Amino acid sequence: MNFPAIRAIYKYEMARFFRTLMESLLSPVISTSLYFVVFGAAIGSRISEVEGVAYGAFIVPGLIMLSVMTQAISNASFGIYFPKFIDTIFEILSAPINFFEIVIGYVGAAATKALLIGLVILATAHFFVDIEIQHPVAMLTFLVLTCLSFSLFGFIIGIWAENFQQLQLIPLLVITPLVFLGGSFYSISMLPPVWQTISLFNPIVYLMSGFRWSFFGQADVSVGLSLLAIALFTAICLGVIWWIFKTGYRIKS
Amino acid sequence: MPPIVKVENLQKTYDGGFEALKGVSLEIEEGEIIALLGPNGAGKTTLISALCGITGPTGGRAEVGGHDIITSYRKAREMIGLVPQEVALEPFEKVINTVKFSRGLFGKQRDDALIERVLRQLSLWDKRNSRIRELSGGMKRRVLIAKALCHEPRVLFLDEPTAGVDVELRRDMWQIVDGLRREGVTIILTTHYIEEAEAIADRIAVINKGEILLVEDKAALMTRMGRKTLRIDLRDPVDKVPDALAEYDLDLSDDGHSLSYHYDTRGEGTGITRLLQALSAEGLSLRDIQTTQSSLEEIFVSMIQESAA
Repeated sequence: MNFPAIRAIYKYEMARFFRTLMESLLSPVISTSLYFVVFGAAIGSRISEVEGVAYGAFIVPGLIMLSVMTQAISNASFGIYFPKFIDTIFEILSAPINFFEIVIGYVGAAATKALLIGLVILATAHFFVDIEIQHPVAMLTFLVLTCLSFSLFGFIIGIWAENFQQLQLIPLLVITPLVFLGGSFYSISMLPPVWQTISLFNPIVYLMSGFRWSFFGQADVSVGLSLLAIALFTAICLGVIWWIFKTGYRIKS
Repeated sequence: MPPIVKVENLQKTYDGGFEALKGVSLEIEEGEIIALLGPNGAGKTTLISALCGITGPTGGRAEVGGHDIITSYRKAREMIGLVPQEVALEPFEKVINTVKFSRGLFGKQRDDALIERVLRQLSLWDKRNSRIRELSGGMKRRVLIAKALCHEPRVLFLDEPTAGVDVELRRDMWQIVDGLRREGVTIILTTHYIEEAEAIADRIAVINKGEILLVEDKAALMTRMGRKTLRIDLRDPVDKVPDALAEYDLDLSDDGHSLSYHYDTRGEGTGITRLLQALSAEGLSLRDIQTTQSSLEEIFVSMIQESAA
């Protein structure tokens, strides 16, 4: 293993994050606060409880997940797209490193950023609602796994994208709808039966369910299934990245 | 001593069917400076990219320091520094950070003293905390060289290092190359400036259309280049070269109107004075004289034309 290389990539990527620390943290904090005002206070005051949890608190895991997923994807995709865009990728390709080390560096940094943002949102939520985390270790596990797997996914998008529009396309067209339809702000059990069945094809339902369970002890699907889903998603992403580096897809001519 | 870079029948055919390298073979000795000379699109950059791992060769093999560039790419690449043709740098990063990044990327432990030495050598030390976008074009090129040197490569590829740089930077660049040569670094540079190849290379390889046309010591090429021809046009044609002029080894043109004399400008004497005296002693009357020199450029151009024919 080329540890100095992994450290170099990780530090370099984190430096970008800290260079724009205010922007990186401020926007998720502000948007989360807005969600609390709109969903929690305005609408939530008319919805008494969901599955025995105050609505304001019920949406906290969903809000964290929404930010963490979008941040992980955008950080990781930008991290690898930018060197491609400005041609500095040649240095990565010519360095004595393998694909796994490159991925650890870039994805590790993107996941770290997403994790920090997730934790900041959790802290922000404390200002608005009372939340008690029933399974803190499971909560952190789900959070870390989500950061990692979605950073891997973002890395793939960054390699695939040939322009800045494509970079935005997948998060906007795929992730946001899936997150909104994935039970972030409601329980799947509140849907009509047909939509409940359809929802089970949405991978984010499994993540959401497991993550919410770690807060409130209630889940739409079993926790084991949630973990299996996230493991499967991670494995698929790793497989795609392995193929990308083997074939040089969109990085080597 | 085995060659430090060994290229055997290396091929690169792009998906579209374009053959950028048609079986290139080349051996480079440790410590030498070799210039790859060729027109645009000859395959110079493709060859370098294939050796550095940026593009995958489609045939043949290559070794750097005895390590196969595919099967033991780590060991091979650790030895290689690459200065690309295009200035590719992250604009918002500080000079020192991007250089440290490169060192880490090549698996080397942090060494601030070495980084300082490299930056000072390239007159970048005062600019170490500047962001790259604030630098001039010449300074950016220096940063690229610093990035390549900071991980102590044994083999340095310079892809068109002086294309579009000012005279001062070009001179600096040649000095840097000279300094590296004294440290025993092997340097492979591509250029289409013949003077550059002349100024710094030990050997010259001419490449065109994905093939190496010639690899020769610069000195041998210079000897060919140092030859001049004196053409003497005669007022009245002659049937044959007069016997008294036999020692000058003259060529007579078909129409008998001109004589050609070949000489070496770097020799003790060119023999021109004696020849002219001998001509007048023979009673030959001259109409015109002219001299031509076969420059490296001419050798180069004629070789390229031959390969195109």
